[in-house]
Amino acid sequence: MVAIPSIVVVGLIWLPALSSVVLSFTRWNGIGNLSAHDFVGLTNYRNIATNYPPFWPAMTHNLIWLLVMFFVATPAGMFLAVLLDKEIRGTRVYQMALYMPVVLSLALIGFIWQLIFSQQNGLLNAVTGSTIDWFGDQRYNLWAALVATSWRQVGYIMLLYLAGLKAVDHSLREAAAIDGCTESKAFFRVIFPVMRPINVIILVVTFIESLRAFDLVWIINRGRNGLELIATLVTQNVVGEASRIGFGSALATVMLLISSGFIVIYLRVVMKGDR
Amino acid sequence: MTTVALDQSRTVGSAPMVRKKRTTPARRLLHVFLIVVAATWIFPLLWALYNSFRNYSYTAIHGYASFGGFTVSNFTNAWKQGDFTRHFLNSAIITIPAVVLTLLLSSMVAFVVSRFTYKFNLALLGMFTAANLLPPQALLIPIYRMFRAIPVPLWINDSGTLLNSLWGLIAINTAFQTGFCAFVLSNYMKTIPMELYEAADVDGASVFRQWWQLTLPLCRPPLAALATLEVTWIYNEFFWATVLLQSGDKFPITSSLNNLQGQFFTDFNLLSAGSIIVALPTLIVFFLLQKQFVSGLTMGSTKG
Repeated sequence: MVAIPSIVVVGLIWLPALSSVVLSFTRWNGIGNLSAHDFVGLTNYRNIATNYPPFWPAMTHNLIWLLVMFFVATPAGMFLAVLLDKEIRGTRVYQMALYMPVVLSLALIGFIWQLIFSQQNGLLNAVTGSTIDWFGDQRYNLWAALVATSWRQVGYIMLLYLAGLKAVDHSLREAAAIDGCTESKAFFRVIFPVMRPINVIILVVTFIESLRAFDLVWIINRGRNGLELIATLVTQNVVGEASRIGFGSALATVMLLISSGFIVIYLRVVMKGDR
Repeated sequence: MTTVALDQSRTVGSAPMVRKKRTTPARRLLHVFLIVVAATWIFPLLWALYNSFRNYSYTAIHGYASFGGFTVSNFTNAWKQGDFTRHFLNSAIITIPAVVLTLLLSSMVAFVVSRFTYKFNLALLGMFTAANLLPPQALLIPIYRMFRAIPVPLWINDSGTLLNSLWGLIAINTAFQTGFCAFVLSNYMKTIPMELYEAADVDGASVFRQWWQLTLPLCRPPLAALATLEVTWIYNEFFWATVLLQSGDKFPITSSLNNLQGQFFTDFNLLSAGSIIVALPTLIVFFLLQKQFVSGLTMGSTKG
């Protein structure tokens, strides 16, 4: 009974992942069969680091992406969750407004924010009178993309965190209140530490999603001109003009290596109770 | 499940909680703050909605930050120019089988993992769950080559291979989503009492029947939640459709946005209408099945 699902997942996910690693040590161009003399060791990795101009900008952009998600979107989502967890009237309406973007695809979000960021027809320039090409100018487009993506991420984090807060044993709060804790003190000293598993999961999700960021920048300008990300570089090397399989695989392997650390952390947290 | 009980206890509340609920200036400030944030949040969507109802010539003269020139023709034009009938059909052809297959496969995995305590169960579940978290781009090259090398009969796909075929997309979406669903379902299935299965064993029900006739009906709540969530996710899927399909007429609606951009570029009213149409199915799912949607999202993270 597990045979069929295993074949699907191993065949379409794990074997390709391993193949990416193997191919990353070759200079195979995809024509003919892979033979022994195609293996070139770490050459591809060396070329990526020293001889491939978009790589370091892409790494920097991914890092900026991560930092914004981590220090802006995630705390904002958590903060809103804490506010909405208080018993206030209309809390469901507020919640709905905040997580509505979560159901939209990131590609569509790029489309919708075009209406605000466009140089000629966008709302932002119409109101402020500026002439900045927000999605086109490489000084600004990363930040514009981050605004659009945060729009979705804040709602997502809010939702996850709210669910976590609701699951916290209520007597803990009461105990803290009786002991004379202020609300903020109770949150940071009592509630926050109790929520360690969900905190870790949100962290891991933030890291992984920042690494995988792709749809939004691809819809803006296919990840060029200021919006290079690791994910778009891999795609460009395969789907684009030249099929540089070995080289693209090395980029893919870099992604795999970074994500595997977070995947291990995630599995350790979510499967802890099963042991 | 525990959250329901908690919510009730909270509304009953103890003395300090009741006192806090009274309207204080701080409370009012909180409301004002939340109203502002919520309004800001839905503004981009409302802006798209507003402009989708205005005609091009009016906004060309008066600018977008103006009032007037209302029309509904953008929707019909966008539908026609974007060839939305075809693209929605493609989305349906991909999404429906992929969601059904994902739920079938993942429920099998979850059933085995939660029902039998073999030693390797944890590793097995780990393998499935982790697959969901890998960056898709890291698998792109082998998948692309593999799909190009797998021949399929021409009546299935005109290119003669799995590349550039909707079947390939169904396969890859299923493979990716099975891990997440298996994880959520296995957590749920672990709460089903073992005695039920013992009784089924005594009655001579096969393992297959125990899965199909006993476990699946009991798992209706998580299955409904996951189905809702997976429909929106697979409908929204962009990357694989973009790289594995080569002819524009095969794109599902989300990836066809890339093509649309060129056509709609000068006419932002058309762009707005197109965005609203594409968003509509997920927004409808969201409004009608909000509870399922949310519980599906949160089940995975907080262990039910």
